[in-house]
Amino acid sequence: MAAADEPAVELHDVGRDYGERAALRGVTVAVPTGATLAVFGPNGAGKSTLLRLLATLLRPHHGSARVLGRELPREGWAVRGRVGLLGHEPLLYRDLSGRENLRYQARLFGVAGVRVEELLERTGMARRADEPLRTLSRGMVQRLAVCRTVLHDPALLLLDEPLANLDPAAVEAVEPLIGRGAQRTRVLTSHDPGAGLREADLVLGLRSGRAVIAAGAREVTEADVRGLYR
Amino acid sequence: MRGTVAGLLRKDVLLELRTKETVPAMALFAVTTFVVFHFGLNRGSVSGDLAAGVFWVTLLFAAMLGINRLFVSEREQGGFDAFLLAPVDRTALLVAKAAALFGFLSVLELVAVPAFALLLLEPSPWPALPGLIGVLALANAGIAVIGTLASALAIQTRARDLIAPLLALPLLIPVVLAAAKASTPLLLAAGPGSVAARWPLILGLYDLVFALTAYAVFDFLLDD
Repeated sequence: MAAADEPAVELHDVGRDYGERAALRGVTVAVPTGATLAVFGPNGAGKSTLLRLLATLLRPHHGSARVLGRELPREGWAVRGRVGLLGHEPLLYRDLSGRENLRYQARLFGVAGVRVEELLERTGMARRADEPLRTLSRGMVQRLAVCRTVLHDPALLLLDEPLANLDPAAVEAVEPLIGRGAQRTRVLTSHDPGAGLREADLVLGLRSGRAVIAAGAREVTEADVRGLYR
Repeated sequence: MRGTVAGLLRKDVLLELRTKETVPAMALFAVTTFVVFHFGLNRGSVSGDLAAGVFWVTLLFAAMLGINRLFVSEREQGGFDAFLLAPVDRTALLVAKAAALFGFLSVLELVAVPAFALLLLEPSPWPALPGLIGVLALANAGIAVIGTLASALAIQTRARDLIAPLLALPLLIPVVLAAAKASTPLLLAAGPGSVAARWPLILGLYDLVFALTAYAVFDFLLDD
């Protein structure tokens, strides 16, 4: 089990390959419990790979990774169910309604149905919850994906550009669930340096899988982050 | 695990009811193949070993359509990742998918058996029905388990539509062989004869061996 002062995420020299290509190389970072790590980097820098690795969906090929006090991949079974992953894909079935999707997820996670209804209300999706996902806008599907992510009250949120496709009202609705108001440890990726830095306690800048920035958010400027994309 | 399997199965049945992508295609394929046999064999009716052969080969290839599509929604709509994030026994996915495929095959046979009797079968199907249902259930179990295993392997590859039949067909030959041998006496023109006990036993044993094999390896198939 995790000690009280143990970081929620602790990576040391972590690497991950896809065949011959190294998607992540030598990444070292520690995220204290309750803190937010913002990950920046251009497309293909390894941000999504990092999130999938922390979610136990990918194994690290090099280095050591501890998440919520458990070593990956050996103790991945103990981490599953304690992380919430909001990626580019909503991980919801297009031909099922939002309510059906969430009830299915609730069953997998052993969550009561009342939590589904509560989240649908909080995200403003209760009225459209019985329509198949394929008939909803991307923003609405993203709201449902947020519901899925927090359904089981995870200790660690892994958020890959979480506000993509959301209008200002939706951003406001999901803020208490996945924003600072959630009061959870978060690892989030963003292409918006200003917004990302405002959310962050720690910053990790990736380029070609390597960490070129690893520092506290106060030590990093927007210009530093923009430099990653040049 | 029972609750997880029930949840997964319910989801698969709901998806099939919404999309109607699998079972209607399997049924249509089976009926069309019987029509092709009807004219291709140039005979109005068949019985005995020929009837059993035509029936089981048709069901086998119809089943391949279902096997090919078994994990498509998981792969294309993120169902795998959503499942792998959940704190559940991963074998539940094997059990649920095999049960779904068993159900799809049973529905297929509700269409295929009457169509076969109408288009090709010489003797009346009614006296053979109780025995045939037993053979169908044993064969369905084998096809469901082997099909789920092959489909789970194939879905990880880019050429999944090619890989699934290449993996499943050789493994399913003993199932079809034993099912056809067990069905032959049931489909005789003179009326159903007694089924030699060894063929249903072989079917049952083969089902058991592959069920245990699938249970042992399925977790590794889902791992990164």
